[in-house]
Amino acid sequence: MTGEILLQTLLSGVLIGLIYALVAVGLTMIFGVMDIVNFAHGEFLMFGMYSSFWLFSLFALDPLITLPLTVLMLFALGLVVYQLVIKRIINAPPLSQIFATFGMMILFRGLAQFFWKPDFRTIENSYSSGKVVFAGLHFGLPQIIAGVGAILATGAVWWFINRTRLGAALEATAQDKDAAQLMGIPSQRMFALAWGIGAACAGVAGVLLSSFFPIFPEVGANFILIAFVVVALGGFGSVSGAFWAGIIVGVVEVVGGFLLGPEYKMAIVLSLFLLVLLVRPQGLMGRA
Amino acid sequence: MSRLLVVENLGKRFGGLAANEAISFELQAGQIVGLIGPNGAGKTTLFNCIAGFYQPSEGTIHFLGKDITGHASAQMAHLGIARTFQIVRSFGSLTVLENVMVGAMLRNKGVGAARERALAALEFCGLAGRIAMTASNLTVAEQRRLELARALATEPKLLLLDEIMAGLTPSEVHEAVHLIKEIQLRGIACLIVEHVMEGIMPIADHMIVLDYGRKIAEGTPAEISRNPAVLAAYLGE
Amino acid sequence: MTAHRPNTRRNATLALALAVACILPLVVTSPSHQNFLILILMFAQVGVAWNILGGYAGQVSLGHVAFFGIGAYTSTMLFIHAGISPWLGMLAGGLVSSCFAVAIGWPCFRLKGHYFSMATIAVAEILQVLFTNWESVGGAVGLNVPLAEQGWANMVFNTSKLPYYYIALGLLIVTLLANWAIERSFLGYYFRAIKDEPDAASSLGISLTRYKLVAIAISSFFTALGGSFYAQKELYIDPGSVLSTSLSIKMALVTILGGVGSLFGPVLGSTLLTSIEEVTRQAFGGSGMGTDLILYAAIIIVVAVYYPTGIVGWLRQIRRRYAKPEARG
Ligand SMILES: Nc1ncnc2c1ncn2[C@@H]1O[C@H](COP(=O)(O)OP(=O)(O)O)[C@@H](O)[C@H]1O
Ligand SMILES: [Mg+2]
Repeated sequence: MTGEILLQTLLSGVLIGLIYALVAVGLTMIFGVMDIVNFAHGEFLMFGMYSSFWLFSLFALDPLITLPLTVLMLFALGLVVYQLVIKRIINAPPLSQIFATFGMMILFRGLAQFFWKPDFRTIENSYSSGKVVFAGLHFGLPQIIAGVGAILATGAVWWFINRTRLGAALEATAQDKDAAQLMGIPSQRMFALAWGIGAACAGVAGVLLSSFFPIFPEVGANFILIAFVVVALGGFGSVSGAFWAGIIVGVVEVVGGFLLGPEYKMAIVLSLFLLVLLVRPQGLMGRA
Repeated sequence: MSRLLVVENLGKRFGGLAANEAISFELQAGQIVGLIGPNGAGKTTLFNCIAGFYQPSEGTIHFLGKDITGHASAQMAHLGIARTFQIVRSFGSLTVLENVMVGAMLRNKGVGAARERALAALEFCGLAGRIAMTASNLTVAEQRRLELARALATEPKLLLLDEIMAGLTPSEVHEAVHLIKEIQLRGIACLIVEHVMEGIMPIADHMIVLDYGRKIAEGTPAEISRNPAVLAAYLGE
Repeated sequence: MTAHRPNTRRNATLALALAVACILPLVVTSPSHQNFLILILMFAQVGVAWNILGGYAGQVSLGHVAFFGIGAYTSTMLFIHAGISPWLGMLAGGLVSSCFAVAIGWPCFRLKGHYFSMATIAVAEILQVLFTNWESVGGAVGLNVPLAEQGWANMVFNTSKLPYYYIALGLLIVTLLANWAIERSFLGYYFRAIKDEPDAASSLGISLTRYKLVAIAISSFFTALGGSFYAQKELYIDPGSVLSTSLSIKMALVTILGGVGSLFGPVLGSTLLTSIEEVTRQAFGGSGMGTDLILYAAIIIVVAVYYPTGIVGWLRQIRRRYAKPEARG
């Protein structure tokens, strides 16, 4: 009986961990390519959720059907953010960079509140309350769909970076942008691409979450710290590292919350983060 | 003469790469020793080991008869080992004078005393007219002399100078050579990494040659300039 | 010595500012306006404290609220359970906070740049979770400062904001004096050397860890004083108000806005930022439309992008522009 509960908890942790991984993949890519910490990353996710919500409530289109549209919009938003703000602070002191992205975080929350009110919204679609029973374990259907979707999206990013020419160029810029520039890879475009993909990844995560997680202007706050933790554990800049670290963090959070009480979830995850950072500053799976 | 620095069987590996291997040599008090070798021979790595920036993988370093292997760089400075950096590292938000005061504070934390000694060191290095400028506004040659003044202000017994003549004009090289001789007259020993042969040959009491991380020759400048192994290493560069 | 004239001008400016600061609350008598002035002084004070570590020594902490909270909780707990006056409790809070800071700094100072900043956020967030669930310190409900006899002995004032204003001003002046002394001593030189070029600093005999610990100990001490003061001013604390990461960010923000690593930068930054917050909140805040957030954020972004050296840097630029023709003529 307890074994079953443990397994149930474990798998729930894996499912939410897959979402964390996807959010972190975008963050780690931005960090890896241009060494900037994006505090507004959770707000990309928030916009993804709202995109799903409005397309659903105005046109009755399912979030999964409108996913490509949301991805495009978020990709464009990433490019715009890069062009308007990030491009101008590439060589600024780290403190200015932190505050530029922090300012964007507040700005996006403010805009969401301005246009869409601070209310909690939810999407009730055909599978929102669906359940899957498998070998005596119970799962929500939207959570399963989100988990599978997150695997596919993370896999797509991994494939892009490791199997395409453009991805290789991005990776080269991350390794050494000056050397890459000498080889004819325009750093600026790669930076913009990283922001586009980063925002799109967070947007996909938002879409996947939208059918079982409340939608509100500050929803990003629930994910940004976790995403930082996942990025650090996985090694700054590593996509596959973020994937495994996301799962680990999800499991630690859910199992730790189960054992010590849900109010300690965040403290447990952050303690793990500190521990790893201090023992292995390059991350759990980062290169030395 | 007394033995100031004794390096024995020193080795430093980075992963699979042996940047230094089985290097042994001695340096007497007040001596100028030149350290030469092709690019990537391991000269800067050796400096970093002696100055406490790298933990040697093997071997020992003795300074004034004391085993100092693996001491931290701040401790090395306290013991009397000062260094300059191949790529200059001046404190950008401080003036030239304040840069050198930071060095002078090692022996006396009083700001007034540090100022006096910093002024003396700057005067000695020919930067007396530059004290109010920020370091980034100096010429390359001046920045090198600033590093030198800063190191001298710590009142070292041994100075490690990493390519302080690189990129200087012939007349600037001449001034630098003159300065190093003056430093020697103050009883301070120098271990000098130098690519500019005209700079190091005339002033070195002793020369050490590295290639692929190993010591391949040692002797007076005259001996070194005739050594076939050294010629081969340089011609093969 | 040509430095003579600017010095007199500077001293005159300072004397004038001090005189205005002393008289201002006697002119501005509405309690809400007085409260606004108190907030300016309080955030200036914690900004100045933050600046010691984040500005001078260059270790960007985004978890300074931990020290603020420890100060607030220590003095309040001592007041509640031992009847110790908050004046003493404040000092105790400062010391507890310094010890905590050194214990945290010891391992965390091995981390560089963003990694250090993230670790400090994590520490503060963990502390918030622990305090929220720690019943002996009031848990999520928080603590009320006991309704003791009003007056200076207990730092409790119900009828007037004026005493709080002067206490905040006093704290700010003390913190500024401490900063000024640090700036002029070898510590000021060492901190800036560590910030600019850590390798060069250590080659000159500066133990990086030791002096970063000195910086965080001093910085956290003064931050904790601000926390204790806040507790007395509000007469109520809870983890949401004295341990929230947004407060950490604000301490850094007033400093970057004013000028990182300059003595009076945080004072200018706090004056501007607190005013902006207040004005936007009064004008748009009640609507719940987020307009105040949007304006606030837009200003942060513009400053970060276009004025990375803050108000102080901007003033210096202006002075240089006007000083040049004068020197020629
Ligand atoms: N921190 C390091 N990590 C890895 N390899 C290094 C490091 N420092 C130096 N090396 C390598 O060690 C070798 C010797 O370098 P260096 O000591 O700088 O040579 P030199 O100063 O004689 O030109 C080079 O191959 C260099 O790439
Ligand atoms: Mg070298």
